[in-house]
Amino acid sequence: MKTFALAGNPNSGKTTLFNALTGSTAHVGNWPGVTVDKREGVYKSGGARANIVDLPGIYSLSPYTPEEVIARNFILEGRPDGIINIVDATNLERNLYLTTQLLEMDVPVIIALNMMDEVEASGDGLDAAELERRVGVPVVAVSALKKRNVARLMERALAMPAERKGRSVLDTGRLQSAVDYYEKQGKSSPLFRAVKLAEGDEEELKDGGAAAIRADICAKYGDPEAEIADARYKYISSRLSSVKTRAARPAATRADRADRVLTHKIWGIPIFIVILFAVFHLTFSEDLFFIGAIASAAGSPLPSFADMGFAKLGESDIYANFGIALASCFYDGAVFSPGVTLTNLLNLVLGYASYGISVGTEAAGAAPWAAGLINDGIVGGITAVLGFLPQILTLFLCFSVLEDTGYMARVAFILDRIFRRFGLSGRAFMPMIMGFGCSLPAMINTRTLADEKERTATIRVIPFFSCGAKLPILTAIAGGICATAGFANVDLITYSMYLLGMITAVVAVIVMRSTTMRGEVPPFIMELPAYRLPGARNLMLHLWDKTEHFVKKAFTVIFASTVLVWFLQSFGWNWRYLGAENMQQSILASLGQLVQPLFTPLGFGSQLNEYGWVFAVAAITGLIAKENVIATFSVLAAMFVAGFEGTEDGVAEAVVMIENTGITWPALIAFIMFNMTTVPCFAACATAKAELPKGRFAWTVLFWIVTSFIVGSVCYTVLSWWWTIFLWLAAAAAASAVIILKNRGVIKFPSLRKKRVE
Amino acid sequence: MKKLCDFSVGESGRVTAVCGTGAVRRRLLDMGVTPGAEVTLVKRAPLGDPLEVTLRGYSLSLRKSEADCVQTEAGV
Repeated sequence: MKTFALAGNPNSGKTTLFNALTGSTAHVGNWPGVTVDKREGVYKSGGARANIVDLPGIYSLSPYTPEEVIARNFILEGRPDGIINIVDATNLERNLYLTTQLLEMDVPVIIALNMMDEVEASGDGLDAAELERRVGVPVVAVSALKKRNVARLMERALAMPAERKGRSVLDTGRLQSAVDYYEKQGKSSPLFRAVKLAEGDEEELKDGGAAAIRADICAKYGDPEAEIADARYKYISSRLSSVKTRAARPAATRADRADRVLTHKIWGIPIFIVILFAVFHLTFSEDLFFIGAIASAAGSPLPSFADMGFAKLGESDIYANFGIALASCFYDGAVFSPGVTLTNLLNLVLGYASYGISVGTEAAGAAPWAAGLINDGIVGGITAVLGFLPQILTLFLCFSVLEDTGYMARVAFILDRIFRRFGLSGRAFMPMIMGFGCSLPAMINTRTLADEKERTATIRVIPFFSCGAKLPILTAIAGGICATAGFANVDLITYSMYLLGMITAVVAVIVMRSTTMRGEVPPFIMELPAYRLPGARNLMLHLWDKTEHFVKKAFTVIFASTVLVWFLQSFGWNWRYLGAENMQQSILASLGQLVQPLFTPLGFGSQLNEYGWVFAVAAITGLIAKENVIATFSVLAAMFVAGFEGTEDGVAEAVVMIENTGITWPALIAFIMFNMTTVPCFAACATAKAELPKGRFAWTVLFWIVTSFIVGSVCYTVLSWWWTIFLWLAAAAAASAVIILKNRGVIKFPSLRKKRVE
Repeated sequence: MKKLCDFSVGESGRVTAVCGTGAVRRRLLDMGVTPGAEVTLVKRAPLGDPLEVTLRGYSLSLRKSEADCVQTEAGV
């Protein structure tokens, strides 16, 4: 079976064409060593079959971005039988720039001229047959979105001869010595390599012999780098792009008018905030369009199903009446947003399943430990993780729509100025803000960042943007503080915590960008793609990819770790199964007691009484899912108060903990901040490991632990003894002085640098 | 002679030279900012930077500091 590589500019419809060619056969793999998707699929039509490999979207084959290096290495070393070069007909000149480079390789090339329908609709003309004559390789006009002419494209691709000699649009006479050198070495595509060498390409300069030849050429003719790019574009505009005829344009298209509003000098930023709010509202709101709040304000609050007298089933949130249970997924005193509704529907199914399983295990007379393993360990773990899925997907769908319409690029454009101050580009904003919803899609979204160091720094601070699962910790403990310490305003505490998380993120980014992740602010020379309506099919395939990825993880890494923690909290050192009430004798509790002294600077360590370990344990169980922190409180409360019933908001649990451990309110604030900035849940860790460059994950975990200890200690000491703020400020000033002096080269740490792996 | 970063909104010009070094220069060249290309400054971002320009029939955004590398002459 022949293999074709699909190459083209970003935004040229490459993914759409790939989906049109391969249908549902596509699967995602990782490129070795780097985390850029390598998508592969099979084209099937009648008897014809072909392997299609989707290369990353690139503008050129110079080795300045990982995508470009990957694409060229695949073509040069992976030896595909041909390249399908997708060219956006609405943007011919810049797209053909890549084509002129591909043509220099010794590989058959076919051009898929995409978006011809848009060209025709705008009244322009493009003579595909004439273009084919001029470039000397087959050209087929297609519409990837409408799947027009896709079969014709593949027919001609499969009919291409197996061999093709690379040709250049440049005058390559001066480079003959380099071409001869590569031919003698037996390298593939000598002409392509010779041109790249002349451009000062780092990949080619690694070869000492080639570097010497380049020095020779430069000495004779001067540095050819600019000349080459210039000559390509000159050739394109004089010989190739003239096949396109332009009709008169209307003064302003609809997209122009939309753009004028969306990036408006004054309204641009407010509009963006509203759009962002709408996305989160659709994903997380339990009161869609504030209907419930408005009704309450009008004096006639909407009733919930409990108010109407429907009873709940067992201990769960399922109603005894299935119809009501189903209805309560959409409405319960207020209309739910799509994200919440989907979560409820999934939880309804999972709830019935786990309820059934718990009834079943009881009926079967299973041993208590077996029932505990099945119900609390396995079922509890899986439902906790799968429960995130609907909201993650809703959030992802919204952001995919914003991405595909071209608005996301404008957001980066609007915000670049602010982010540059922190050493990041405007593109880093989206993943960070997504972190407020869930760290998982946020970390995946960092793929839009080209610079590896910027990407690492961004992934590391994403957990500091407190995700939806951390909100229960905030509300429960803030509620507990208000109930015991006599503060009036819960919201104020919650908002301050969010703010503190963001400040931590900004400080951490600035510190990283001036120490281990040091580097120039990456350039912001970026295409602003034309506004387009997103294709539903593409969105769905995109979502399916994410779902598959996530579910696979839920049932492997996350599942195993959940069962492990369940085991540790349910068994004592004598291997005897303990009920939830006897958790103080468990292995987990003794581990908690062991690490408890470490938390002394944070206020929940040795200064607490014999039950002080509950906070350490709650933090550990939070690794599975942050909701577990309060769930653990609920379990542990039964230890202090016999027959304790859990509450929905967790405030009562927090109050029990505060009264029985002797913890102070500054320590509680420190506990919240510690949980917010420490190692995120296992699901987020697994994603971070997959997305970070090799060898960075261990450092990242260390970074999270150190940061959370510092933030927690600062909160506890400053809130307990206000004057300690001066000590921290002095320490911060000293640290910045050391960093600045080191970066200026005034002081050096030779021994430290050697030990550093990074 | 005028630098692209000194354009006022709506102004056009023809690129004469791209200075600077390394990745920034290479990227500008790859994106079609080469001598002879016609560029128009479409707008500035709400906070004054980066800039949006059109050239070769598409929109490109770049920072002022990057536009500083682009020399132009009055357009046709």
